[in-house]
Amino acid sequence: MNKTVIYKGARVVDPARNIDQVMDIGVENGVFADPAGLKNARIVDLSGYVLAPGFIDMHVHLRQPGKTGAETIQTGTMAAAAGGFTAVVAMPNTTPCADNPGTIELIRTYAQKGGVVKVLPCGAMTKNSEGKEMSGIGGLKAAGVVALSDDGKCIQNHELMRHVVEYSRTFGLPILDHCEDTVLASGGVMNEGYWSVFLGMKGMSPAAEELMVDRDVILARMADWKVHIQHISCKDAIDTVRNARKAGIKVSAEATPHHIALTDAEIKRFDSNYKMNPPLRSEEDRQALIEALRDGTVTVIATDHAPHTETDKTVEFDYAPFGIVGLETAVNIAFTELYHKGVLTLPQLISKFTQGPAEVLGLPMGTLENGRDADITILAPDEKGVVDSSQFRSKSRNTPFNGYKYTGCAVATIVNGKCVFSRIPALTEEKV
Amino acid sequence: MVSDEKAEDRRHLMEADEIAALIESLSEKICNDNPGIQPDQLILIGIQRGGVPLAERLVRRIQARSGVTYPCGTLDIAMYRDDIGLRKTLPHIFETRIPFDITGKTVILVDDVLQSGRSIRAALDAVTYFGRPAIVRLAVLLDRGSREFPIQGDYVGKAISVPKDRRIRISWNELTGCGDFVYSAFNPKIKESI
Amino acid sequence: MNSSPWTKKDLLSLYDLTAEEITFILDTAAEFKKVNCRRIKKVPALRGKTVVNVFIEPSTRTRISFELAEQRLSADIINMSADTSSLRKGESLLDTIRNIESLQADLIVMRHSAVGAPNFLASRVKCGIVNAGDGAHSHPTQALLDMFTIREKLGRIKGLNVSIIGDILHSRVARSNMWGLLKLGANVTFAGPSTLVPREFQKAGVRVCDNLKDALVGADVVNLLRIQHERQRSGFFPSTGEYARVFGLNRDSLKYIKPDALIMHPGPINRDVELSSELADGPQSVILEQVTNGLAVRMAVLFLVAGCLK
Repeated sequence: MNKTVIYKGARVVDPARNIDQVMDIGVENGVFADPAGLKNARIVDLSGYVLAPGFIDMHVHLRQPGKTGAETIQTGTMAAAAGGFTAVVAMPNTTPCADNPGTIELIRTYAQKGGVVKVLPCGAMTKNSEGKEMSGIGGLKAAGVVALSDDGKCIQNHELMRHVVEYSRTFGLPILDHCEDTVLASGGVMNEGYWSVFLGMKGMSPAAEELMVDRDVILARMADWKVHIQHISCKDAIDTVRNARKAGIKVSAEATPHHIALTDAEIKRFDSNYKMNPPLRSEEDRQALIEALRDGTVTVIATDHAPHTETDKTVEFDYAPFGIVGLETAVNIAFTELYHKGVLTLPQLISKFTQGPAEVLGLPMGTLENGRDADITILAPDEKGVVDSSQFRSKSRNTPFNGYKYTGCAVATIVNGKCVFSRIPALTEEKV
Repeated sequence: MVSDEKAEDRRHLMEADEIAALIESLSEKICNDNPGIQPDQLILIGIQRGGVPLAERLVRRIQARSGVTYPCGTLDIAMYRDDIGLRKTLPHIFETRIPFDITGKTVILVDDVLQSGRSIRAALDAVTYFGRPAIVRLAVLLDRGSREFPIQGDYVGKAISVPKDRRIRISWNELTGCGDFVYSAFNPKIKESI
Repeated sequence: MNSSPWTKKDLLSLYDLTAEEITFILDTAAEFKKVNCRRIKKVPALRGKTVVNVFIEPSTRTRISFELAEQRLSADIINMSADTSSLRKGESLLDTIRNIESLQADLIVMRHSAVGAPNFLASRVKCGIVNAGDGAHSHPTQALLDMFTIREKLGRIKGLNVSIIGDILHSRVARSNMWGLLKLGANVTFAGPSTLVPREFQKAGVRVCDNLKDALVGADVVNLLRIQHERQRSGFFPSTGEYARVFGLNRDSLKYIKPDALIMHPGPINRDVELSSELADGPQSVILEQVTNGLAVRMAVLFLVAGCLK
């Protein structure tokens, strides 16, 4: 396949460089290059489509090593490609936990052998994410992690968390925190509110999230370092982040597509495909999240893609594990709920998947600048369809969005100049 | 009148005056067959729903004829049916009131139309749960034939026949408020037994 | 022959029923109550049907009540509890119930500590499911027998003031009573320690009180819930002694209650905690009648759902 390509006729949207116009994009040897200087280039006509920098999902559970029944690095990255993502940040709650260079190496090896998109490993903040002892952060940095997280868990000991934040600064590793006060939230299976009271289910109070977000903001301020709030879900936590950002504190936040689209009213069907942590919240919280995306308080959309086998999920709601898959529905949901409802413009929407994550991670990604890796996401903002989970490339099907009617989706994904996913005739998927 | 019937589909077979005459003739037969029996020895039990107004009227006509007022009870057979789960919807359970001991007594079961015999089988089952009557007789206003069980009326007003795909119903003024008349209607489920 | 408004093969929660359906169950129960007063306390209505009682969460009184109801309907019965079931060996609930279904069971009566467990099963199996209590969510037959008792003693439900007192937060009895009573037009009051009576219930039209007196004045029915000791251990209130002093119904409460008000309790009673022995055994108490009515209500429910199996 000719490695020199010019993509013609697409509406190019690159929020990091304030570009939004129809223009040509050139790729040579896997990096972006000025189309004017390219010889013997293959021409690909993308008229009618939108061409954006490759989308980054900075919150994905690839499960490998450990729970390969639910997903492997290969199937997870195939799902990412099908969802329009060119890079994913892999969460460290694997078995063994990614708290040491050996496991990171293992993950990178799997990613190299079978990964279809870029896998950026995230290391654990504490040993086995137990929240007791700091992990070897320097060693993890050397092994190639791009961030630190105890995702799934949250360090309850504030002094330890303070040390982790301060120490990570030396290595330039942002902290991605799953904010949850585990005593307040303990045993809960859904949001504490009107619905948990009426259904008689144990609720997880929004205060459990708010308390830890407050804690993280204070520590980010003291250490003058980056703390990124994962899957922020409640109104009061969002207000805290907004005020902190105004004061110049290095705190950022991400929203998941399911928190953008759904509320805890869905739980009345007792379907464990609506069970995740943090749980679906009230309509008031959902509106606050949408407003936060609009006003820039939340700069990232990340899926928290959490595959589970059908055996594990098809049980009584109380006993089901938390989490749903999200890679193959994120862009559809974002377009339908945010772009077509007038909350975000196209560049604003695209920045949540590109510029936003790249800035948090501090990596040279998320833009179409010449010399950068040619990671591209091709979008069809007006294409209508219905989600069919039986067609997912992920190994798992635990989603509440089967049958969801969407307008707007990703139609092709290109990583390092190679097309790894395509639903359009203009581009052909190249096999791994 | 039943919900799956169409009014224009109904064919009147008998009007109030003929019904009254049949009731009179039934009460005569009952009196002749049970001469001099004390009111605490014989009970009429009307099977819900159509048998209830008929039983009450029989009690009055028997009283007019013989001077004896026999007690009257009601019996709903829904709990004794053999086709639970086979019907599209459940029938409503109406009142069962048998406020006396039937052991050793003569029980006259009263129903308005006798057809397959399955209702009466259920009623016999029910009656034996209440006690051990000495004698059980059956009084019906109309016998339509098409028996599925070996059951016969002891006191029958009249035998009547209609085409196989139709069923006989009676409008009792006490239940419908539309006056008394006998009619036939299209039976959408010919196989339906009771 | 009129047909009934009942069309469901399951009874999961009163939340799903209309006022007409609830009234229909109560009317049907009235007829079944008569069976229990006859010499032969049996009808052949469920003859040939197999009912499996699956009590994952243990229970004595509810299970006995259902078992007796099933026997009086002439059904064949199998009992399964958490200890004797394959669930201990790690078989999933769905597999366990599918196995039961393959044995040609017709109805399953289930009590489970996980909210929504009966709903989870009802859409996945062909058997009828009768919910005998799921977590803190729903206990429809208890609420139905409570309403039957109220209707029988006071002649109606609409417009009555019903106060339910105790640990509302963890009570499926409170929630089911709330749905049933509101649908039939009663005024419902919840009262108890504020840690155990969430104000969210006001959004359904329930009055929420944090003191006993306000809940008692003008009440036609007072329904006491059992206070559980583990709530005290988890810090919801300081001690059962304090609970008894502040929220317990006893002789002193009589000055606030109407003389013909009903005193109810789902049982078992913590005597002299939520309810004094004097009142539990006194003339206003209908607690034992609740038990009698429970049998009739459960017979009616089993009869109705069995009639809708295909």
